[in-house]
Amino acid sequence: MSETLHTLDVRGQLCPIPVIRTQNHAKKLAAGDILEVLCTDPGVTSDIPAWCRINGHSVISTETRDNVIVVTLKIGNE
Amino acid sequence: MSKQIKAVALISGGLDSMLAVRAMQDQGIHIEGINFFTGFCVEGHTHAIRKQDQNKQKRNNALWVAEQLGIKLHIIDVIEEYKDVLINPKHGYGANMNPCLDCKTFMVRKAMEWIKENEFDFIITGEVVGQRPMSQRKDTMQIVVKESGAGGLLVRPLCAQNLAPTLPEQEGWIDREKMLGFNGRSRKPQIALAEEYGFTDFAQPAGGCCFLTDESYSRKLVDLWQVQGHKEYEFDDIMLLKVGRHIRPSPHYKLIVGREEGENRFMEGYRNRFDYFFTSSHAGPLVLMDGELKNPADIELAARIVARFGQGRDAEQVTITYVPLGGERQEHIVKPFTAEEMPKEWYL
Repeated sequence: MSETLHTLDVRGQLCPIPVIRTQNHAKKLAAGDILEVLCTDPGVTSDIPAWCRINGHSVISTETRDNVIVVTLKIGNE
Repeated sequence: MSKQIKAVALISGGLDSMLAVRAMQDQGIHIEGINFFTGFCVEGHTHAIRKQDQNKQKRNNALWVAEQLGIKLHIIDVIEEYKDVLINPKHGYGANMNPCLDCKTFMVRKAMEWIKENEFDFIITGEVVGQRPMSQRKDTMQIVVKESGAGGLLVRPLCAQNLAPTLPEQEGWIDREKMLGFNGRSRKPQIALAEEYGFTDFAQPAGGCCFLTDESYSRKLVDLWQVQGHKEYEFDDIMLLKVGRHIRPSPHYKLIVGREEGENRFMEGYRNRFDYFFTSSHAGPLVLMDGELKNPADIELAARIVARFGQGRDAEQVTITYVPLGGERQEHIVKPFTAEEMPKEWYL
């Protein structure tokens, strides 16, 4: 399965908006695609993984680059 | 093989909707959750903004509840649509600016749209007759049934035995005898049921999960509407009502004073939309100015207020930097107001 890398920029948005935008963006992607979500609200480090767990996606990594939190996830088979 | 019956549950993140879902899962119903984000939800925002809250649990309770129940959760942004609910509530407001009955009707109506689009069979909520003074009385719960268009498709498992049978009960999709007959404000039956189900960790927000039930927040919202001369609002307006001290020394402007580091950092994102002040001779908060400073006297008065909230509050002179939107920054040397010089009426 080919993996396509997508990026979603939700910097400056507070939870739950980053989760909502991740959810809505994920609907357009195929299983196996990689989505990198750029955030500034620390709440995403618990909310996006929780959203992934209940919706069948997986978090590959969470890291901070230049004050930007980057959550990388793999789209599952919904 | 018989068809799998599916229901969508309104999930707030509190205990009642959690119990309602669990009770329906026991009857073999496939359930998914739905959570509406109005912009006034307490979840997340204040925890994210205020540094003093950073040790508090940051989880989103709706997501957490869904995970405990093993159900999917769909979070839906209704910020724009919700404006009409708040601005023109048919049934009015509660103790503060909370339009609870119209809000519940709106959410059930949205859930009806969702079940039609997604081919689900009915809706469940965690409502209990008599639990809340406005939206959870027997008469008002019936109003929600009628005005949302849900009719017999709205099931309240925690108090179903006190209400007329719904369509899923009449059709035999669910067993009325296995549902519950809670009523009144006591939380004891819910706590007991939570124990029975093994739920030891759950959120019980005292004033609900909405800023509109908060007196201080509502006062600031009313002030915003009065000053504007109309009830419209933008998302950023209602976000800023959640942060800082709001001080209105004059009808034509107010100051939003950051209370701590987390709020100051959040407010920095608004410097490209507002005039702002900060104390340059001492440590002090970021202060946004909403409105118009019409003359040098306004600027000096605002600067003295800003100085009041910095470390130089007891100094004879403090240097305040004023940055007008799109203009040159100015420095003003002022004497800070004392606490006694700040009229109580200025604080919103």
